[in-house]
Amino acid sequence: MWQLLQIELLKIFRKPRTYISFGAIAAMVIIIQIALKFDGQSYIEFLTGSLKDSLEIPYTNILNGYFVCFIILNLLLIHIPLLIALVAGDSIAGEANMGTLRLIASKPVSRTGLMLAKFMATIIYTALLLIWLAFISLLISILIFGTNDILIARNDALEIIQRNDVLWRYMAAFAFATLALTTVAALAFLLSVFADNSVGPIVSTISIVIVFTILSEMQIPLYDRTIKPFLFTSHMLAWKGFFYSKVDSGGSSLPGTIENIRAIGKSSLILVLYIIGFVSAAIYAFNKKDILS
Amino acid sequence: MSLVTVSHLSKKFRSHNAVDDLSFSVEEGDVYGFLGQNGAGKSTTIRMLLTLVRPTSGHIDIFGLNLNKERKKILSQIGAVIEKPDLYKYLSAYENLSLFARMSGFINSKKELNAQLEMVGLAGRETDLVKTFSQGMKQRLGIAVALIHNPRLIILDEPTNGLDPQGIADMRNLILHLSRHLHKTVIVSSHLLNEIEQISNRMLIIDEGKKIVEGTVESLTDPARTLVEVTVDNPIAATSRIESSSWFCYLIKTENNHLIFQLPKHLIPELNRSLVQLEINVLSLQAKNSLEAQFLSLTRSKQNVAAFTD
Repeated sequence: MWQLLQIELLKIFRKPRTYISFGAIAAMVIIIQIALKFDGQSYIEFLTGSLKDSLEIPYTNILNGYFVCFIILNLLLIHIPLLIALVAGDSIAGEANMGTLRLIASKPVSRTGLMLAKFMATIIYTALLLIWLAFISLLISILIFGTNDILIARNDALEIIQRNDVLWRYMAAFAFATLALTTVAALAFLLSVFADNSVGPIVSTISIVIVFTILSEMQIPLYDRTIKPFLFTSHMLAWKGFFYSKVDSGGSSLPGTIENIRAIGKSSLILVLYIIGFVSAAIYAFNKKDILS
Repeated sequence: MSLVTVSHLSKKFRSHNAVDDLSFSVEEGDVYGFLGQNGAGKSTTIRMLLTLVRPTSGHIDIFGLNLNKERKKILSQIGAVIEKPDLYKYLSAYENLSLFARMSGFINSKKELNAQLEMVGLAGRETDLVKTFSQGMKQRLGIAVALIHNPRLIILDEPTNGLDPQGIADMRNLILHLSRHLHKTVIVSSHLLNEIEQISNRMLIIDEGKKIVEGTVESLTDPARTLVEVTVDNPIAATSRIESSSWFCYLIKTENNHLIFQLPKHLIPELNRSLVQLEINVLSLQAKNSLEAQFLSLTRSKQNVAAFTD
């Protein structure tokens, strides 16, 4: 298995397409950082709304590296699935298209082992993409904007998390985001089994994520109870929960706490179940597949 | 004991029978020609031998082991090139070879891998990306990949597709080398009879997924029924002169300016001399062996040949 995993990683990281995602993330993050560096106050004014009429907002303190990273994650974590699909959707279908699938499937390795190695390589790619995102969105933002307490907007309220209570929340959020994006990777991986070129699974994955995200965001009571709890997209944004801390009787955030750890746990479980379901279906379908490409 | 035994093998794609109750066996040391027209079921059969396609019914035993039960063990002793040798274009020749060797369960030293590349004529191109290779070079690298783990059985599906004449000759020599000097068993499929005839000692002709005939090349080659196509400048005059000669009994067809004879192979030089004596202006004379005639008459294009042999 380790041998197969090494081979799959070599294939992923020697393919030029792989680096599109890293480049796209860097470009998007840098654009956001430049915009906030030069016009961050306008964005915070927009965020705080009418509060600026009754409170004196310390703009320079608010606009710090932690806060910028939070904004970037809010803006990008919806789009990164598209980049994940580029590699995961290519994993089987791309090999079929190149004609290498028949070669690897006729080697003395089990198809299940091959699929697991490919999926593990996809998880590693996803994790590396998130580490890259963390590096440029958190570390570079800290270097540019410095550190301070972080202001979190929740519905109509604002919550302040102390600067020494932030870093672990980011670690947890990035770990959760890896799980969420692995779910998208698993979906693209499953669809990849049924296609002989990677365009189909990539477009299909993106379409499914878009439709599900729209359904997840729609405020329709009927869907709130019947459909939304079961859509993986409804649970992909649960990473924000790590930034919602418990508050004391005075309304201040309690350091080191998470308001609703159960909700995050439930979302994690649902995402894991989705991953298991998608990957199991992919392995089953691949084991039954006649390789004619 | 046969190295490969295929019994009542069938594959159905929806309502289409790609392979229909096919049985054959390959002996150790054979260069076994697998001959059939495009779409005859050769590639489907080969893919079933390599577990890429699941049979609808039937059994395959290789090295005396059941392919279903001992898949990994069997595949570790098979090297294959299936149709085009598609490899990872963004990797070098060396990386491709190393990767597939590892997938076959072998950790080869750099020296061994380079030696293998040298054997197929790719020395000096080890670090070049495969996307820069010609079709012939890719084919040679495909062969290197198939042989890197020293397999007992080599399966080559249409190995000369897309090759230039020199590439075809090189491939033929390589197959003969594998058989004669390295004592490998080779199954080679092709729709080109000439190719199979030159390298195989045993062959199977299939059509529409069914076995038409199986046997040694000698047994399938009947020199008494060689077809000779003579191209002349004036077919009417030529036919008239032949009608009055002893060669008329061998003339089976006149088509445009071609005269088709069927006769024992040893009579061809005599026919050639007689045509000159009959003052027939011969533009070309081409012998087609009886196997070719048999192949064409046994397979689907028999209607095309029917005119030939009526």
